[in-house]
Amino acid sequence: MQWIDTILQGLLLGGLYALFATGLSLVFGIMRLVNLAHGDLIVLAAYLILILVSALGIDPFTAALIAAPVMFAVGWALQYVVLNRTLGDDILPPLLVTFGLSIVIQNALLEGFSADSRKIPAGALETQSIALGGINVGVMPVLTFVSAIAVIVALNQLFYRTALGRAFRATSDDPVTAGLMGIRAERLFAKATGIAMVVVTIAALYLGTRANFDPTIGPARLIYAFEAVIIGGLGSFWGTLIGGIIIGVSQAVGAAINPEWQILAGHIAFLIVLLVRPRGLFPRTVG
Amino acid sequence: MHSKSISRRRFMGTAAAAAAVAGTAGFPMPAIAQGRKIRLGYVSPQTGPLAAFAEADGFIIDRFMQQVKDAGLDYEVIVKDSQSNPNRAAEVANELIVDDEISLMLVASTPETTNPVTTTCEMEEIPCLSTVAPWQPWFIGQQANPTDPSSWEPFRYAYHFFWGLEDVIAVFTNMWGQLDTNKKVGGLFPNDADGNAWGDANVGFPPVLKEKGYSLVDPGRYQNLNDDFSAQINAFKGDQVGIVTGVMIPPDFTTFWNQAKQQGFTPKVASIGKAILFPQAVEALGDQGNNLSSEVWWSPNHPFKSSLTGETSRQLADDYEAASGRPWTQPIGFVHALFEIALDTMKRVDDPSDADAVADAIAATDMTTLVGPIAWNGEGVPPFAAKNVAKTPLVGGQWRLQDGGGYDLVIVDNQTAPEIPTAGKMEPIS
Repeated sequence: MQWIDTILQGLLLGGLYALFATGLSLVFGIMRLVNLAHGDLIVLAAYLILILVSALGIDPFTAALIAAPVMFAVGWALQYVVLNRTLGDDILPPLLVTFGLSIVIQNALLEGFSADSRKIPAGALETQSIALGGINVGVMPVLTFVSAIAVIVALNQLFYRTALGRAFRATSDDPVTAGLMGIRAERLFAKATGIAMVVVTIAALYLGTRANFDPTIGPARLIYAFEAVIIGGLGSFWGTLIGGIIIGVSQAVGAAINPEWQILAGHIAFLIVLLVRPRGLFPRTVG
Repeated sequence: MHSKSISRRRFMGTAAAAAAVAGTAGFPMPAIAQGRKIRLGYVSPQTGPLAAFAEADGFIIDRFMQQVKDAGLDYEVIVKDSQSNPNRAAEVANELIVDDEISLMLVASTPETTNPVTTTCEMEEIPCLSTVAPWQPWFIGQQANPTDPSSWEPFRYAYHFFWGLEDVIAVFTNMWGQLDTNKKVGGLFPNDADGNAWGDANVGFPPVLKEKGYSLVDPGRYQNLNDDFSAQINAFKGDQVGIVTGVMIPPDFTTFWNQAKQQGFTPKVASIGKAILFPQAVEALGDQGNNLSSEVWWSPNHPFKSSLTGETSRQLADDYEAASGRPWTQPIGFVHALFEIALDTMKRVDDPSDADAVADAIAATDMTTLVGPIAWNGEGVPPFAAKNVAKTPLVGGQWRLQDGGGYDLVIVDNQTAPEIPTAGKMEPIS
């Protein structure tokens, strides 16, 4: 029974990691941009939700609904004004710029919100749980997991059922030919980052209600997101979810053996997948 | 931070010329330092994850400057930010020593700040006063070989005042003793300097708990910024743990506490170091923070007065709250005391540039500060650290949810320091 519980908790944790990772996966899949400021953008969105919650007295879910379009605009502008200039044959400029952005966001947040630990209050929901035959599962972790699946279903619909998705895929496969067909890469990239920021807002909602955050906490969350993206295979959203779950479950099982093994178990699972399937479990393109 | 007074080179030049003149003329040398401005260096983490510790620094230093000015003394305090980074702390300590030519270094807040600064001072032979870090990580953490007690050396220029691990263990077990529990303790010790010290099988909680008849469930060291505590919660549930203790960072405690409640685990007592030190961190728990307990090093109810301003603890805390609009925090008393001791020391020194004289003056300190009596007389400290460590009293407190929202820290156990009054009794978490 305890093992079922452990695996279930790990599975739900995987949902959180997948939410962290999906935005990263989206941006990397379309424009091969590694966004080192991803974790800090999640924290930024968490503060935005916190402001809305405390200023308007609304519940965090409504606040996230308001924050999402704001973050879309932030992402759009960020990509259009800053990050587009860094894209090119050289992979170094985007890394350097997003690394710098990470430091700028951290210090701006520190200036604006001080170093206090904050948390988005979710009321009674924080500690509520559902009893599943002897196992108690928290309502918030379940919501997190369900949201991760919903986000991935929505993104897949967007990618494979709409004209915008077709343009995303075309630009990702062959930007030059896509350009010849009249697709303007700059604007498309800006939209992609905007959408990624909407996902970031959802991740921020669950991060901010689960634990405390402060301006410097972002980068620590980035490593699992990267691992989830790579395990899943670049460009595959379902792969990212599976990647998140693999890390979550490995960590939970590792921790059940000994908490010293918790983080290591996740990293080992990541290395094993890399050894067996160097391109990840579900690489979108072959060759 | 640049000041216009004499640079080191010019000072040496003038001093040499003066000495030559004095020598040839056969006059006795006047003490060069007389009437010279006394410079104090102060390093603290004003930005970064540890910034909450240094929140009140500006307020305290402004008051100190006002006090010395009113007393007609010429002091300068040069403040440097460690950015919560040990490397940066050592770097700014060096700047203070080399560029600013300070007479005395002051440093506060966590071993990440105090240790690099103290080590730098000891190397550069500059007197250093340090506080707000339990003395074990401060003293043992700076030794060349922390695992071999026979190799430990005392410091010549570094002096520290705070409490130690033995005090926090005593305070926690005293608090638990007030309640009727099953004496089963669950330990949450992270894999960092604090966690390893608290969970250490020789000097940490385990031997003392065993001696007092408690059984400890210690699932093992976890990594900081953990997202999942299900393993620990399952282990605690399995062993019917009634008391949870540990030294956690605030985000981890929130994750643990929420998960514990979700998974149907509510211990009778939760005594946690570090995580619930600041009221903001407890408020982040919503209404789930009632009756959490932690160590209390200073509070407005401590019956001590400032030697600087004559204010009581309560007055200082009220002034701070009025000036900043923020709730009082425990480091305020200690940072204030740091400047009290600095002034007291420098008053007893003839030549502030004489590092040995200043260090001897610190060692000879015997005064009462806002955090209690301070004297480096080795009381309550093992012989190896007796020269460098002065202990301050520690008591236990519980956070109580107030009717109008917000939390109040109530002192519930003072068996370790009866001079500090309690304001209530230990209550179980419901």
